[in-house]
Order: sequence, then structure tokens, then C-alpha cells
Amino acid sequence: MQAIISVKNLSKTYASGFRALKNINLDIRRGEIFALLGPNGAGKTTLIGTICGIVNPSEGQILVDGHDIIADYRAARSIIGLVPQELTTDAFESVWDTVSFSRGLFGKPANPQHIEKVLKELSLWDKKDNKIRTLSGGMKRRVLIAKALSHEPRVLFLDEPTAGVDVELRRDMWQLVSSLRESGVTIILTTHYIDEAEQMADRIGVISNGEIVLVEDKAELMRKLGKKQLTLHLLNTLERIPPGLAGYDLHLSSKGNELTYTYDTQAERTGILALLEDVNAAGIRFKDLHTTQSSLEDIFVTLVREGQ
Amino acid sequence: MNVHAIRSIYRFEMARTRRTLMQSIIAPVISTSLYFVVFGAAIGSRIPHVEGISYGAFIVPGLVMLSLLTQSLSNASFGIYFPKFTGTIYELLSAPVSYVEIVVSYVGAAATKSIVLGLIILATAGLFVPLRIEHPFWMIAFLVLTSVTFSLFGFIIGIWADGFEQLQLIPLLIITPLTFLGGSFYSIDMLPPFWQNVSLFNPVVYLISGFRWSFYGIADVSVGISLAMTLVFLGVSVAVVAWIFKTGYRLKR
Repeated sequence: MQAIISVKNLSKTYASGFRALKNINLDIRRGEIFALLGPNGAGKTTLIGTICGIVNPSEGQILVDGHDIIADYRAARSIIGLVPQELTTDAFESVWDTVSFSRGLFGKPANPQHIEKVLKELSLWDKKDNKIRTLSGGMKRRVLIAKALSHEPRVLFLDEPTAGVDVELRRDMWQLVSSLRESGVTIILTTHYIDEAEQMADRIGVISNGEIVLVEDKAELMRKLGKKQLTLHLLNTLERIPPGLAGYDLHLSSKGNELTYTYDTQAERTGILALLEDVNAAGIRFKDLHTTQSSLEDIFVTLVREGQ
Repeated sequence: MNVHAIRSIYRFEMARTRRTLMQSIIAPVISTSLYFVVFGAAIGSRIPHVEGISYGAFIVPGLVMLSLLTQSLSNASFGIYFPKFTGTIYELLSAPVSYVEIVVSYVGAAATKSIVLGLIILATAGLFVPLRIEHPFWMIAFLVLTSVTFSLFGFIIGIWADGFEQLQLIPLLIITPLTFLGGSFYSIDMLPPFWQNVSLFNPVVYLISGFRWSFYGIADVSVGISLAMTLVFLGVSVAVVAWIFKTGYRLKR
């Protein structure tokens, strides 16, 4: 299937000489939720801004649903909705007016039913006649999302949508994202909350220092990079690991009461059974055991550290 | 052609005028009325007729021009500067609108406001002095051309400006002096010959002269030159706007 967004050899050098993006190649699949992770200043917002037409690319090409974002900008931009990171709203407009304005700006004829639907979905309906400056920060964030959805985009960019947002709005937002995805909208989001990406995304891209370090299916990524650990809580403390267990990747806690075994979930045999038998044979008794899996956050931190 | 976008921006800008009715319409009308009281009635009664026209009536076209120029500039510059200032311009830049459409809608709205204002001031003037318009078509033509040209100029200032101070700078330091020295309140003939020649370098002289001609059939410079100069300013403004959008100057990073 043709990618809905295709970024080829994209570079961006700002007038200051700063290279914000270095030869980015990235395909976004139709209908997926793609999470773009990266530390502050890695180039996430620049990449989104370039695709949306706010930043001029220095080199490279971007196609949105097959339309070049420069030569055929009308077709490309009309299917994109953008929710920016900053809370940039008009102050004196009413919610209804500003959302209707966005729809017109993106070339769609007025459709009060659709605006009503969007406002209701975002719990903004009872605020529709309020001036935007009277709204709270969370409500302004909802207004920005409503503006982005006003013209029924097929691709939605959410640039850190949940930064500084309360629990309720976060939950609403993820519900909205799921329902949009079900209706076939492709969603690209950046976030600092890695647990969000872990929960929501189909694929994950990591950007660091203006370069795409990794793009992978989330499940695949977790599998590939995920290490699992089995911890045995010992009945009696050990001074050192018995020689009979030397063949395993074991670590004894400093107090000598926990034995941790690290293994690869990808491997054909995890070796757990054999380990437990050998532990038994060595006369070590344990009262409990538990396993832990490294989270996306651990993976992310490792990747970014390696990239620097 | 994204007609919906043009309509949306135009309506957005016109709604802004309604919200700021005091500042946009009433303030200029009051200040113009004050000019009439001071120059028309108080001082004007001691000034003999200028080229056969009472002084009060003589200054009407100049006063309309004065408001037209300053209001076109401030409307258009503020209209595009404010989204830059608040950051909402991201939406405009990411929308499927062409540069021509952006300019047409912003400048069109600013020019509309100026034209409406110009007509209101004209009507206000009618309360103070008897009005005579010999060439109504050309009067409207100069009104529209000047509003559009200076709205374009204001649009350029709005894009160029990095702060509210710069936004005020050009209107205050350049346009106001040029307008006052451009024959709003006098005929160029009243100046000593040297200053008459200097005045010919003032573009506003041509605008006011042409506009006054459409009222009373008298002019400092021939109406053809006035029209040509107005079109030249229009052309220059269009060229600068085209360059701004081609390069993304001060708009895109």
C-alpha cells in the first residue's frame, strides 16, 4: 500500500546554520498511529512543520497522499490537520467562529452539523459562544484540536497534545484518537509521555539530533529490544553465585538475597526451566519470584544515549 | 481558487472591525471633525478662498486622504501582524491557500474598511461645508486605488514588523509627515518655489492632488500624472508583496 506521507532525503538548515533535520527518510502508513519520540530539540516540531508547510525544506521531497507539498500544496495541505504544540489561539473570537473559520480556510464549505459534532466530541459544545480568552488552558487545547478537525482531515498531526493537560482531557484525547483511527484517519503524534506511545501507537519512530534513529512496529520493537528479567527472592542469603550456575547470566544483589536472571524473549529457549532445576540442585531455596520487562522508556533512553 | 478561505479571512477581518468599532470608525470621524472645527471654522474663516473654493471645502479631500492613508496602513499592518504576534499564523501557513488569496482577503478587508471610513468622513464633512463632486467616478477610483495601495503597503509593514514599536514607526515617522506636507491643508502653489519642487518628490502630493481634482476640478499636478503615480505605488507594493511570499521573508523559517 502506498504510504500516505512519504519523506525523502529531507534536510533543513536554518538561516543560523543550525541543521535541524539531516537527510530524513520516513514513510507513514495509511491509517496508522505513528508516534515520533525524541528529546527536546531533536527536530520533531521542525519535521512536522516542514510537512505542514510552515517551515521551508532545504533539501528533499515530501509527498502527502502522492501530492508534492510544494508543487501541489493545495491538495497536500487540504487533507492535513495540525494541532500545534503551543497554545496559539485568537483571544477575542468565539469558539464557534474560530472553528468555523478554520474549516473555511481549508477550503471546505460551511457545515454547521460537522462543527457541532466536533465541538460535542471535545466537550466544547456548551462553550461554543464563549470568547477563547475566557477559556482555561485545557479548553484552549481542545479548541486547537477542534480547529484541526474542522475540515475533516485524513491526516492529523498532534504535536505534544498532552503536554500540561489534566488526566480527564488526556483520557478524552486518547478516546478521540482511537475513534479517529477507526474512521481511517492517520495520526502522527509527538509526545514526551512514552507510556502514551507505548499504549497508543502502531509504530514508533525515534528522532535524535535531527536524524531518524529508528522506525519500528511497536510490538516488534518491544520484542527486539525488550529484555526480560527473572528475580528470585531467596530464603537464605548467598555470598556468591555457586559455580554450578556460572553458565547463566545471573546477578546477585548486594545483600545476597536476590538472584536476577536476564534473558532474551526472542530466544527459542528462555532457559528458565533449566535454571530453576539447577538452582534447586544447588540447594538454593527461594520464597518468591517475579519477572519484569523493560519498558519503551528504557528502550528510548538507551537509544538516545547511543545516538549522542 | 480557494473561495471559502478568502471569504473566511475577509469575514474574520471584518468581524475584527465590528469589535473595534470605536477605534476603527468613530475615532477617525471625531479627529476629522476636530480638524474641521480648527482649520475649517476657527482658522479657515480668516483664510481667503483657495482657487475659488472656500478653505473649509478645500481641505475636505485632503482630510479624507489623511484618514484613508493612516487607516489603510494601520488596519492592514495590524491584521497580518497580530497573527504573527500571537502565533496563530501557523494555521494560515499550513492552509491550502495561495499567496494571492491571502493578500486579496487581508488587503481586501483592510481596503474595504478604509473606503467605508472615507465615505463616512466625507458625509461628516458634508455637515460642516457644502460638498461638490465634479467627477464622482474618479473620486471613487482614487478612493479605491489609494485604499488598496496603502493597505498593501500596510500589509508589508505588518510582515516586516518585529514588534509593536516597528508597527507604529513607519506610519508615524514617514506617512504622517508626508501627508501633512502633501497638501492636505494647502495648495502646493502657496509654497515658495523651492519647496514646491521639493514637494514633487512627495508621493502623497499626487494622491491628494488627484483626489481634490475629482471634487473641484483643480489640481496641483495634472490628473494624469496623479493617476500614473498612484498606479506606480500600487505596482511597487504588489512587487514587494510578491517578493515576500516568494522568499517567505519573515513568515517562514
